[in-house]
Amino acid sequence: MFDALSQRLQNAFRNLRGLGKISESNTADALREVRMALLEADVNFKVAKDFIEAVRVKALGEDVAQSIQPGQQIIKIIHDELVRLLGSANSGLALSGNPSCVILVGLHGSGKTTSCAKLGRLLHKQGRTPLLVAADVYRPAAMEQLETLGRQLELPVFARHGETDVLRIAREALDFARQINRNTLIFDTAGRLQIDEPLVRELARLRELVQPQEVLLVLDAATGQEAVNVATHFDQALHITGAILTKLDGDARGGAALSLRAVTGQPIKFAGVGEKLDEFEAFHPERMASRILGMGDVVSLVEKAAEAVDADDARRMEEKLRKGQFTLEDFLEQLRQMKKLGSLESLVSMLPGGAEMLKGADLSKQEKDFRRMEGIICAMTPQERRAPAILNAKRRIRIAKGSGVQVAEVNNLLNRFGQMQQMMKKMGKFQKMMGRMGGMPPMPRR
Amino acid sequence: MGLFQKLKEGLFKTQSKLAHEIKRIVTASPKLTSGGLDELEAALIAADLGLAMTAQIVAAVKHSYETQGRAGLDVFAIARAEVERSLAGAAGDLRRLPDGVTVVSLVGVNGTGKTTTAAKLAHLVQSRGQTALLAACDTFRAAAVEQLKLWGERLKVPVVAGARGADPASVAHDSIAAALARKSDYLFIDTAGRLHTKHNLMKELQKVHRVMDKKLPGAPHETLLVLDASTGMNALTQAREFNKSVPLTGLVITKLDGTSKGGMVIAIQRELGLPVKFIGVGEKPDDLQPFDAKQFAQALFDER
Ligand SMILES: Nc1nc2c(ncn2[C@@H]2O[C@H](COP(=O)(O)OP(=O)(O)OP(=O)(O)O)[C@@H](O)[C@H]2O)c(=O)[nH]1
Ligand SMILES: Nc1nc2c(ncn2[C@@H]2O[C@H](COP(=O)(O)OP(=O)(O)O)[C@@H](O)[C@H]2O)c(=O)[nH]1
Ligand SMILES: [Mg+2]
Ligand SMILES: [Mg+2]
Repeated sequence: MFDALSQRLQNAFRNLRGLGKISESNTADALREVRMALLEADVNFKVAKDFIEAVRVKALGEDVAQSIQPGQQIIKIIHDELVRLLGSANSGLALSGNPSCVILVGLHGSGKTTSCAKLGRLLHKQGRTPLLVAADVYRPAAMEQLETLGRQLELPVFARHGETDVLRIAREALDFARQINRNTLIFDTAGRLQIDEPLVRELARLRELVQPQEVLLVLDAATGQEAVNVATHFDQALHITGAILTKLDGDARGGAALSLRAVTGQPIKFAGVGEKLDEFEAFHPERMASRILGMGDVVSLVEKAAEAVDADDARRMEEKLRKGQFTLEDFLEQLRQMKKLGSLESLVSMLPGGAEMLKGADLSKQEKDFRRMEGIICAMTPQERRAPAILNAKRRIRIAKGSGVQVAEVNNLLNRFGQMQQMMKKMGKFQKMMGRMGGMPPMPRR
Repeated sequence: MGLFQKLKEGLFKTQSKLAHEIKRIVTASPKLTSGGLDELEAALIAADLGLAMTAQIVAAVKHSYETQGRAGLDVFAIARAEVERSLAGAAGDLRRLPDGVTVVSLVGVNGTGKTTTAAKLAHLVQSRGQTALLAACDTFRAAAVEQLKLWGERLKVPVVAGARGADPASVAHDSIAAALARKSDYLFIDTAGRLHTKHNLMKELQKVHRVMDKKLPGAPHETLLVLDASTGMNALTQAREFNKSVPLTGLVITKLDGTSKGGMVIAIQRELGLPVKFIGVGEKPDDLQPFDAKQFAQALFDER
């Protein structure tokens, strides 16, 4: 999603790299470029201005003037500043007390109901006992929506159809939670405009009543300049404790994330990355900044793998991905794990340049292809899998027969595998290069 | 590029600058200060017009400001006129076939207001004395069918629906059959929200449209992209990509009752030439208005 911004920044950096000395005039162009990139990414114009100012001041500082390669220093400053603005550490939920309450708030259609269920699923996995509370009394079938999601997750949902008093719902939900022994209540509320005073007051009263540990603002990643007003108003009225950024699976550049952080100072805690209930992850500012700088999101990929696979396997896979030592045997193993990992689409989009690659690709067809590939690799001997170079025409014919495909398909698979290896080698090199260039770590780890 | 060509271009630039300057002096127009321009630029960017559109409007405003004479309008008034002019002809009413059912499909990314707009449109045509039918083709999102059914009950508009998880194309097919049988004037197709980046979901949408066309050649007669006014630059990409998959006939901009200005419409209009058929200004059935370029331009520069 941040690919276009990365491109702009990378171009700006390219110009910066040649600098001999840092001065007002020779950084101006590059900083203007960065400002434009930020604006194009929907970062609020005031936030972008402050950001550029902070970078400029730091860039002209003493350290930098004396450093050997000032261009690299600026890149580092931009990166660090970006990380600082996005929040420097991932912060989970602060759920103490029994019961703990979480309230989700936000504009219409931002993803509150879906996030309510996703959060319930996550907390349940972490050993808590969530109760989803349907406190959207306005949108038609909002309660049914949450009930349906609750059923899918086998989590209890508290709903009072026809009841329009949010506070009464909340009181009864608290009682109900006590009765059935649930320790965490997650309130789904109706979407509302931040300027709709009666409705915002309704939330303030809800907050007053249930004394939540967390009030999370649910924000669509595609939100434009208004993100600042939305965040400011909700924060003033409700003292939000954090945010959930949704629909990050799209190609919106997500500058709203920066805006939100800048005006509320509250962390973005989770990211919604799809419509399905497991498409939800912790928000990692470091990783997001790396994405902004065009380093892809290999860490997310690996972490996702870790959830489905065991940790050792995941480490091994990361290592192999990085070094480009990746055999057909690993490939087979991965094809099999793929099912556990979720859709191919979500996986590929985490790779560097993956979002770009995904454009115009029909992955459902590819998923079918992958099943065929699995068959082909299965028809190989272990030795062939480890050293595909030995696959001569005779062996290929045997494999084709064994897996019931044409020889052309076997060839195709081997070609694609070759390309994949190439790509991974490049990725490894690219990371090393980025590391050298800006003094950044090759790959930020959580 | 040859040297001569380069020289010529350079000269041309100088020349037009010169011409502008002469005109400014002749008309005794004040020179626009950079402060005024910055303020204008900030206002345009804050309204989500995007960098390219902002630059175009700023340039146009600068030009007319500096050539209109001393007693001229202020920068913002000129900008307003500029925006209004660029949106002239962007309005347009809902299509209506001379006879038979007019099929209108509502498409867009997740959560923009498709279902609500479908209901509002049904209400609108009813108030015009025409009959409407709603089709619940969002068979994916939880309770999407129930949501539309509730609207149908509220508005007394029949709703054609399949089971959750049913093939949306088959619901679309059945709804056309029902609309034909009932001799409805309008059929509104509520589709599932989908990100334009999801290839298989866009294909699914194409299939829904293909099936409709097969059942009733020419259907859908309107394909309206529903855009959320609070969306930033991505709105242009959404419009571009949806238009590639299912040729759009117009836009609906929702949630303009908030403080979002929906400035991306200007760039979309310029690039794709799509009319803005309606704007959404609330959650009630009545909260749907025809687009008015003048009002839109006015609101763009309104202080909150
Ligand atoms: N304030 C305001 N809210 C609106 C408007 N139009 C729709 N909404 C609200 O926005 C939310 C989403 O609307 P829906 O009609 O369900 O959107 P959708 O595009 O069908 O959503 P999905 O089917 O989930 O993708 C609901 O809470 C609506 O009440 C509008 O013009 N103004
Ligand atoms: N692609 C995608 N869609 C999402 C995500 N989160 C929510 N949605 C969709 O956005 C739409 C609105 O979500 P909903 O939870 O009903 O929003 P609410 O009105 O704020 O409660 C629905 O179609 C959801 O399926 C996400 O992270 N990615
Ligand atoms: Mg909801
Ligand atoms: Mg809908």
